[in-house]
Parts: sequence; structure tokens; C-alpha cells
Amino acid sequence: MSNTDIIIHDEKDNVGVVVIEKITLNQECNCWIMENDKSVSIQSKNEIPLGHKIAMVDLNEGDTILKYGHDIGKVVKNIKKGEHVHVHNVKTKKW
Amino acid sequence: MEIPKSFLGYKRENGRAGTRNHVIILPVDDISNACAEAVANNIKGTIALPHSYGRLQFGADLELHFRTMIGTGKNPNVAAVIVVGIEPKWTKRIVDAIAKTGKPVEGFSIEGVGDIDTIAKVSKKAQEFSMWASEKQREECPLSDLWISVKCGESDTTSGLASNPTVGNLMDKLEPLGVHLCFGETSELTGAETVCEKRGKTPEAQAKFKKTWNDYNDFILKEATDDLSESQPTAGNIAGGLTTIEEKAFGNFQKIGGCQFIDVLEPAEEPTKGAGLYFMDTSSAAAECVTLQAAGGFNIHLFPTGQGNIIGNPIEPVIKLTANPLTAKTMSEHIDVDVSKILSREMNLSQAGDELIKSTIRVANGRLTCAEALGHKEFVMTKLYRSA
Repeated sequence: MSNTDIIIHDEKDNVGVVVIEKITLNQECNCWIMENDKSVSIQSKNEIPLGHKIAMVDLNEGDTILKYGHDIGKVVKNIKKGEHVHVHNVKTKKW
Repeated sequence: MEIPKSFLGYKRENGRAGTRNHVIILPVDDISNACAEAVANNIKGTIALPHSYGRLQFGADLELHFRTMIGTGKNPNVAAVIVVGIEPKWTKRIVDAIAKTGKPVEGFSIEGVGDIDTIAKVSKKAQEFSMWASEKQREECPLSDLWISVKCGESDTTSGLASNPTVGNLMDKLEPLGVHLCFGETSELTGAETVCEKRGKTPEAQAKFKKTWNDYNDFILKEATDDLSESQPTAGNIAGGLTTIEEKAFGNFQKIGGCQFIDVLEPAEEPTKGAGLYFMDTSSAAAECVTLQAAGGFNIHLFPTGQGNIIGNPIEPVIKLTANPLTAKTMSEHIDVDVSKILSREMNLSQAGDELIKSTIRVANGRLTCAEALGHKEFVMTKLYRSA
């Protein structure tokens, strides 16, 4: 099995989680989708540390972030596929 | 893996079993801490449980104080109890309730006597209790005598990916064996509250959960000065990659696996509907939550962490697991079970669940947890509002 760099919980998710110490700019990453045991790949557009999220698709302001197959917040700044997803471009819908 | 059918525990007078054999000196109120701590210094084999409250509380807040004190004394990890308070009336109320378990319990009050003579009197009784408890032997107890509480802390995305699902896997395997289970953290289910509500086994349990979460949310909306983004998620959560409370909530929710909860408990309330999973209305602050679960009668605790929470409890052993390989390396003295191999896919969830079951039984049998070896004894009362 090739090394897994990113894990995605659910096939519906539009973000994945970095599970190596960090991924570097323009790295070709192996992603594993837990739900259906499928593999996909993605090229990173930022350096992203362990535990942080990467966008699996282009996302526009107002879009919903899906993780665990569920709504975990809204996009507040456009995000390109492969970019770091965190508090600078995503916000809670709760408060 | 074949799950062991039993563990070695301390059988108590009321039919429960303990994983520990503590003799506790329990102060009713803040001003009795000094006496309780002096006694615990004098008499080996006893521990004092100092805390900050117990004076001029009223209403639901006072009831919670009593429930926490009494529940802590009743916990089967406690062999015998000495209660010390400034006044005799509240002291006696706690002693009488603990005495219903059949375990040795004695109360002392300081007013009209003073610290020094009280310390002398209490020390004599504490010595008697400590020597009596030291003769207790571990015996074979059915696995169903385990009451397991769970709470995660300093979570990051590795918690939701791996360490919380490991706890969920353990729950899925132990729930059919008649174990009592408990999760809490009302605030940290925010965003997952409707999904969680549907996990109630009965319409009553679902309705009770909905009301509990709504009451909490109303309280937040009333008290909040802006929003909770500064505290939920915490700075540690955000450093670990968690972006929103919803993301944290769905990660948190992985701890219950596929189980359904049979009832919703008040903070520190003892479950009465038999074996299975319970939700307890608690704060998400680690020490407050575990203190309440221990007071509910839970005798062993599982604590998944991402960035490295270090909490322990004086009477309920806290087993820590992490899936974060950096935390496992940099904070190894705090981590009982390392499941970071899930992330590198060298270990699957079921294998991780089996490892956690093995560690849980070793700790139930007497192995010290990291937190116990390091001396963590966080005993933190939950206070609902200011005193009169």
C-alpha cells in the first residue's frame, strides 16, 4: 500500500485531513476515503500541517463544508482545490 | 479478539465493584479543606479531595453540590469515607446518604472544636479506615461491573479520525456485554445535536436530550457577550486543525460508535435504567466533566486526546489515548494507549478497539494510569450560578 497523506471520512466530504507531519507546496498526495476504501490523489497548493484540512474541490463563498458527511460550517473566502481550509476561510454557522 | 469475561475488582457492600480502593477525606466546603488535607498528610493510604465551594449555595446549585459530594462518596472505587464540614447539618446529610451503600463513613464538624482537635479526631478515624481498607483483596468480578465514562479533550482532527472512533469501537463491543457507559459534553455536541438526538433509544430519551441541549443553548445565548468562537473550539483545537464547533462536535460524537443512549442524566446523577449508554448533561471542561461522571458512579474513564490534555481524577482512573503521532512522541508520559498507527493505516479501528479493551482491563485490574503515576487528581465541582 502506498503511504497515505490525507484521509477523507466520507465520500460526500469536500475536505480531507493531513495525516503526515506536513504536506509541502505542490506535493502529489495520496488520499484514502475511509467510508468506501477508495483512493484518490490531489496536488497541494499550500504547505499544510498534520491534522489540518485540504480542499478537495474549488469552493466559493457561501458554500457548505462537508466532513463526516455533515455540515461543519460555511466558506467565507473562496478556496481553490488543494488549498488549506481553516479559520481564515471557513466559519461556524452556529455563532 | 475474545473479550475477557471478568476483571479483578473490589466488591462493595452494595453489590457494585471498584477498580480502586481509596479512603477519602471529603470536605463539605472550601473552609474545611485545610483540615481534610492535614488529615491526609497524617494518615497514609488516605486522600483529601479539596475543592472551592459548599457555602451559601441554594436551589439547583446546592442540590448539585450535594449530589456531587454524595456520589463521590458512594463511588465503588471508594472503600471508606470521612466527611468534614464546618457545620454538622450539611455534613450529616452527606454522611447519611453515603451510609446507604453500607460502606464505612463518618462525619465531623469543625465549629466549636477548631481545626487542631478536629484533625486529631479525624486522623484517628482515618487511620482505622485506612488499615481496614488495606486488607481488602481484589476478586474476580464480571465485566458488567465496569461502568465506563468517556470524554475527550484538547481534541484535534486526529481525535475525530481515529482516537474517538477507537472509543466508539470499544463501546460497540462492550455494550452488548452489559457494561454501563456514559458520554457528556452538552456544549461540544453543538452542530451535531439533531444527529445525536436521533440516537436516543426511546422518544422519551430523545425528547429529554433535545430539552437539555436547548436549555444549554439558551443559557449560552443569554450569557454570551459576543460568541463562543474564542472558547469553542479552543486555541489548542484550532492549532490542531479543528475549524468550527460543528467539526469538533461530529468528531466528539464518534466516541459512542453505533450505540443508542437509553436515558439522559442530570449532572452527577446515578443511572437507574440498567446497563447501556447514558448521556449526562455536563460542561465540556475536562475536570468538571470527569468529576460529575465519577459522582454518577462510573469507575473507569477513557479520555481520547489530540493535542495532549493531561487530566486525571482522584477516584476514577483516567486512561488516555491519542492518535496524534506528535503528541504520542512529545507527551509520551501522559499517553496510556497510542493508536496513531490508524493514521498510517498500519492498524485498523477494530484492532485499536481491542488494544483499548486490553488496556482498560489492565487498569481495572490495578495497573496505574499515566495520570495516576504523575499525581493528577483534578476534583472540580460544577457550579451553576453565584452563591447567596
